[in-house]
Amino acid sequence: MTIDSYRLEGEQGIRGWFLFRFAAPQAFFPLAGRMAPWFAALAAILAAAGFYISFFVAPTDAQQGEAYRIIFIHVAAAWMSMFLYVVMACWAALGLVLNTRLSGMMASAIAPTGAMFTFIALWSGALWGKPTWGTWWVWDARLTSELILLFLYFGFIALTNAIDDPRRADRAGAVLAIVGVINVPIIYFSVKWWNTLHQGASVSLTRAPSMAMTMLTGMLLMALAAWMYSIAAALWRVRTIILERERDAEWVRGLRGSE
Amino acid sequence: MNWGSLGNFLHMGGYALYVWGSYAVTALCIGGELWLLARRARRAERRP
Repeated sequence: MTIDSYRLEGEQGIRGWFLFRFAAPQAFFPLAGRMAPWFAALAAILAAAGFYISFFVAPTDAQQGEAYRIIFIHVAAAWMSMFLYVVMACWAALGLVLNTRLSGMMASAIAPTGAMFTFIALWSGALWGKPTWGTWWVWDARLTSELILLFLYFGFIALTNAIDDPRRADRAGAVLAIVGVINVPIIYFSVKWWNTLHQGASVSLTRAPSMAMTMLTGMLLMALAAWMYSIAAALWRVRTIILERERDAEWVRGLRGSE
Repeated sequence: MNWGSLGNFLHMGGYALYVWGSYAVTALCIGGELWLLARRARRAERRP
């Protein structure tokens, strides 16, 4: 029996779990670098296909004419804005519970992309509201709660940037992100809970979609493209954050030395 | 969907401002984010 075979109980299990290895920023850095271009390429292909279906296959809407074509970008952006917030809050919570460095970095890497999609959802919504409702903006439940989502993203970014110590910034940001999660179901169900100008959900798991198949295809392709783009952007940003935070670490110095 | 001509396509049935306004700003946002990301990455790599 060699020294090597003396292990603490449970240690083998943790070592054996492949994914844990990548919880270390040093191990995740090259992995993120390898994955990001693939997600970016997928995003470009899906967006091109989505644009083609949305503008050259999907027919004109009987009620809204061509104005409805904003839906392809609006719904994709609105879904992403909510989904990215939940993912960001999950990473933040994981960081609080397990105290892993990478979790806070992932939350910080997602926030700007989430804020961007929230802005796009609001902007395209305003440009869609004007021709269909006759107004750019109304203070109703759906629009207001989506605006609050944008402020939550801004608040998270501002708070984490205002604290010098990154680990403390992560913890403070995590608390904000987790508390703000309550806003996501409010956005989603706002069209059911309150009277609003905004139409109900276009796509639901429990009933048939209320739109033509080609329109739905265009929308889903755009949504998938937004997913792939978000993953690529977050992976690219987390690499930068790792470099910024670990610039004094031996392995980052080694990285620079080899260039 | 057959638009007939490029002019018709760009006209978007009279909703050009709203439809292209949405898509143009989306493209600008994504382009802007990628530019900011590239700049931040360059700075992080350069820093001693």
